[in-house]
Amino acid sequence: MATIAAVIASTHHPFYYRASTSTGADRPPFADEWVAKITAFRETLTRSRPDVLVMVGSDHFHQMWLDNMPQFLVGKAPFYDANYYNEEREFGLPRMLVRGEEDLSAYLLRQGLDAGFDLAFSNELRIDHSVTCPLITLRPECDLPIVPVYTNIFAPPLPQPKRFVELGKAIRAIVESWPSDERVAIIGTGHLSLELGGPRQFGPHGPDPEFDRQAVGWIASGDLESALAQVSLESLWLPGNATHGFMDFMLMMGVAGENVKADYVDSLDLFHTMEAYFTWYPEAAR
Amino acid sequence: MSKYLLDKFLFTIDRDPELVERYRADPRGTVEWWEAQRANVILNLPEIERSTWLRFTDEEREALATHDYVRLFELGAHHFLTLTLFIALFERDYDEPLGFQREYARRLSHFSLPYPDIST
Repeated sequence: MATIAAVIASTHHPFYYRASTSTGADRPPFADEWVAKITAFRETLTRSRPDVLVMVGSDHFHQMWLDNMPQFLVGKAPFYDANYYNEEREFGLPRMLVRGEEDLSAYLLRQGLDAGFDLAFSNELRIDHSVTCPLITLRPECDLPIVPVYTNIFAPPLPQPKRFVELGKAIRAIVESWPSDERVAIIGTGHLSLELGGPRQFGPHGPDPEFDRQAVGWIASGDLESALAQVSLESLWLPGNATHGFMDFMLMMGVAGENVKADYVDSLDLFHTMEAYFTWYPEAAR
Repeated sequence: MSKYLLDKFLFTIDRDPELVERYRADPRGTVEWWEAQRANVILNLPEIERSTWLRFTDEEREALATHDYVRLFELGAHHFLTLTLFIALFERDYDEPLGFQREYARRLSHFSLPYPDIST
């Protein structure tokens, strides 16, 4: 059976690539600290020696559209082209090409369907910055095959937070039962409090630092009970109008396991959102 | 009310570099052309299989034709689509980094929770 080498959850910030690669007067004052934190975070994946990456993210109205919107979708393709013209335009993100691990995609789809998750699939998926940002931060070589898993945190009606957690638990169990000798890292990215296209956007820090403090505590301690008790589809509007991306963190809490403390926790209070980085090593706990 | 069509306009303009420039230079003309020619095209179907029923309300058409992102927010256009497209349209006119994004926030500052519903 496959081994879960690491479980990693983080925010995905599309400004990182440009901030980290800019020089001279173009380099923002926060870039060096950010790069140092990302470099340390990257090491938490590297040391787990993964062979395959399951990447949980959310399409930002690129390939998924309102005429045909999946709630949860698994990519099953030998390759994934990545990043879009509007991400190149706004964030300076490069075009990328990533290999796919089709056997694990097929296994995740079959087992997921049989476990009661009516997963959509795509045989030609162009992935966006929700998947490429963590590749850039955690595995910039992009040398490992991936299985992308997309969630709808964007276009109401959304699945309930509880469903994200259940899917996370199912992904963990399915990957652990995959008949393979490979070491799999499961990586997912979402948001803490975030406002985009609303009056609280791009402030001096995230729109709701108290939510962020609480959320980091839930994730770091695996406190699914508190998170599920205090988070609802309605409540997530309060910390910021893009905060439903927190449900991808809740999915990853499901992957990591109830009350399982993260082995690595870090955060960075950027000017308009809090960055947060978590790694668990399930193998070490065995 | 046709929030879906507002979103479809924002989505299809945003993904096409030529249409972004055309909408910046001639908002009213672009909206009128788009409503007549593109509004009913289903995006993953051949054009002969188009819809027959989609049109803007007068206030939606006017909001798009005047680049009025405050009104679009009020009408329930998806905040992410509006922001992304309008950054492409107007960020270039501001000297400070994030200058447009902060102006955008200021112009929306009279809204309080709950924000207009974006459900389609």
